[in-house]
Amino acid sequence: MAPRRPIEPNGDGTYRLDLRDEERALIAAIVPDLRGLLADDPADEVLTRLFPTARPDDPEAEAEFQGMVRDELVTKRLSRLDIVAELAEATVLDQEQLAAWMGAVNDIRLVLGTRLGVTEDDEFDEADDDDPESVARSAYWYLGWLLEHLVEASTSEL
Amino acid sequence: MTPAAPVEIAPSEVRETTGETDVRPDRPWKVIVWNDPINLMSYVTFVFQKLFGYSKEKATQLMLDVHYKGRAVVSDGPKEKAEMDVFRLHEHGLWATMEHDD
Repeated sequence: MAPRRPIEPNGDGTYRLDLRDEERALIAAIVPDLRGLLADDPADEVLTRLFPTARPDDPEAEAEFQGMVRDELVTKRLSRLDIVAELAEATVLDQEQLAAWMGAVNDIRLVLGTRLGVTEDDEFDEADDDDPESVARSAYWYLGWLLEHLVEASTSEL
Repeated sequence: MTPAAPVEIAPSEVRETTGETDVRPDRPWKVIVWNDPINLMSYVTFVFQKLFGYSKEKATQLMLDVHYKGRAVVSDGPKEKAEMDVFRLHEHGLWATMEHDD
């Protein structure tokens, strides 16, 4: 049996999104978490990876850069999370919606990975019941799989 | 990216240039992407293709440089272009910085 593909180009500029109920439930649960954090506390340490330092050599220039981009980065991230929340049950995505899904899933992975302290050498065992973080690890592992497919579908349109 | 509000300069504040004006062209800036343990290699390659229009081969080579050498220069140009590139890379969740190409 061929491995399941969660998203595939239809060939007409749209994409078929084929997710199981539990996958949709995970996404529907996790998106509002990040949305709330971004909206209420964008300076939270767990969001560090979403707002990298641009000018590590020059604190003054860095402050100026952040002043210029920070609000827009927050706005863009909130907007793609909203698109995913609205389309959590969708079975067809257009190109713009696919880009929003990819961006949002990547953001969620960055935050989960930061929270889990993921390192280069980590092995992603899918389940370890003794691990108090096993739910977050499973979500991280799953979203990596989904992201690979979102990237593959998007690459087909380049 | 929202541009910074233009700074109004009162005519009295505009100094006459007397040959001491800094006429150096805007020095080129380098945009650097750093390795991180979270972003997927396929995703990083895709972002380089999408943002910079690089071929699959060039984008893959840059991604491998990031992964194995720890960093790669992905674009360069005047300051405003470098800032825009860094902004777009941050928008896509990549760890990008910019520096003078001295």
